[in-house]
Amino acid sequence: MRHRRSARARRVTEVVAFSLFGAATVAGLFALGIILYYIISRGGGALSWEFLTTFPRKGMTAGGIYPALVGSLYLTAGAIVLALPLALGAAVFLVEYAREGPWVRAIRIGVNTLAGVPSIVFGLLGLALFVKALGIGVSVLAGSLTLGLLILPLLVRTAEEALRSVPRSFREGGLALGATRWRTIRAIVLPAALPGILTGIVLGLSRAIGETAPIMFTAAAFFTPQLPTSPLDEVMALPYHIFVMATESPNAWKTKDLQYGAVLVLVGLVLVLNLGAILLRAHARRRKVW
Amino acid sequence: MNVNGKTGITRAPSLTNRRRLTLRRIAQKADQPVFFALGLVSLVALGVIFVFVVREALPVFRYVSPSGLLGPAWHPTSEPPLFGTLPMIAATGLVTLGALVLAIPLGFASAGFVAEIAPVALRDLAKSLLELLSAIPSVVYGFFGLTVVAPFVQRTFNLPTGQNALSASLILGLMALPTVASLAEDALTAVPKAHREASLALGASRWQTTWRVVFPSAFSGLFGAAVLGMGRAVGETMAVLMVAGNSPVLTWSFLRPVRTLTAGIALEMAEAPSGSAHYHALFMLGAILILITLATNGLAEWFRGRVTRHRE
Repeated sequence: MRHRRSARARRVTEVVAFSLFGAATVAGLFALGIILYYIISRGGGALSWEFLTTFPRKGMTAGGIYPALVGSLYLTAGAIVLALPLALGAAVFLVEYAREGPWVRAIRIGVNTLAGVPSIVFGLLGLALFVKALGIGVSVLAGSLTLGLLILPLLVRTAEEALRSVPRSFREGGLALGATRWRTIRAIVLPAALPGILTGIVLGLSRAIGETAPIMFTAAAFFTPQLPTSPLDEVMALPYHIFVMATESPNAWKTKDLQYGAVLVLVGLVLVLNLGAILLRAHARRRKVW
Repeated sequence: MNVNGKTGITRAPSLTNRRRLTLRRIAQKADQPVFFALGLVSLVALGVIFVFVVREALPVFRYVSPSGLLGPAWHPTSEPPLFGTLPMIAATGLVTLGALVLAIPLGFASAGFVAEIAPVALRDLAKSLLELLSAIPSVVYGFFGLTVVAPFVQRTFNLPTGQNALSASLILGLMALPTVASLAEDALTAVPKAHREASLALGASRWQTTWRVVFPSAFSGLFGAAVLGMGRAVGETMAVLMVAGNSPVLTWSFLRPVRTLTAGIALEMAEAPSGSAHYHALFMLGAILILITLATNGLAEWFRGRVTRHRE
């Protein structure tokens, strides 16, 4: 009798505990849902073609977000262009050339540590090194360099994963045909790893486009009357634009609709990029015939 | 037969050809050192960050003693200026603590759900959605905190302002949640299946197995997840800048406005003339952040090392 009751007690404990686990998961996802719902429902009204393609007017209390949007695209594209070759090279070294040992261990720790450095510290480095020491000034270039360093660990990790997913036999095939190691990598391994590398690029874009702290001192301007004409010009950037409108404007409440609209555009971009990454990953997995 | 002008006669390679061959031979040998150099790029980046931030931070000691740096008052523009960083260190600790109180239980429980209970389809969905939660830019979290969480906190506790450590902790907890959950899930999944099977074979229930066998075996990884979540909360800038209230006054109350290290840098750099004492002091805040990062990452790395050994 006693035994049976304890069995039931055990069962109750289990159901309660697992329900709590489930509830915790739901709570996190619920928060995500609330944030998205809030932003979409409030921001949807401000969204129009004009909002995306016109400059701010009347001291930024009216008009669109065109220069901020374009500026963010410049900064983000620049960051990828600058960081990708380095990251790809680092990943090729880790997967194709390095043997496990102190160097590889040090590099791994380096990548992990770099990924943990606060984004504002990247901003400080950008200010001290790119803007001041190298004399580039507050500009698209300085901002892209800073963002490039920020997304470097993410690009290295995803590229490394992509290269590792290419089977050994591919490399052995190339080498057996008399190709050098580098030629095997270039002609066989890299093409096979391309979908995974693309996934990393898309995730890097998504990360870079939302970052504010690294570009505050290195690239972003409160307002520019025109688009940048060279990489050495200051730019407006979408996340910085949101920050400024939400906090620094003396009449933040006047621009509420614009703020919601800008936030919706930024979140939309990030979600589309992440969805793209998920689809790319699924595609890569399905295409895999090996 | 002549096809496409090929004569079939082997000529001695011309000088340019020979040079090209040498170049190719060099190129063939160059790949190894070139890629080795590229492999070091993240270490170089870390080194450059460290050197440049510390180099700009050290001149602050011309204006303040090391003990003055830990003082309780931050008045960078008074005469003489006071650069006591304690209020901001305390604020960073306070909001991080609050964030972890939220993120660790929720993150571990979500990880437990995903790794131990959820069917595969649900597991993939939950993981993807958690990934989305971590993809949302911090300025958007800040905006949400400013327009939704802070007013809610203000009304609930009947305060003059809702921009305080509590609001910041709530937002930061949400931001650290995906980090903690995904790393904790990795740790739980790494526990060998045999452990679970042995426990179940002994008659333990699934819950007993999860709670008394799987979680304790994954302790190192779970601890690492908590530490990296902490790193995320310490380093977060925009959300705390917009939500925490930015008052650089020493306090231990969650209901007061506070200014963290990150927010201090972001807020004041525009006002600090390049090369001034204030400028160097802000870089010192950055150097303190780097030290915290190195400490948390070192700790996480050490625990991760223990997980790998454990798996072997």
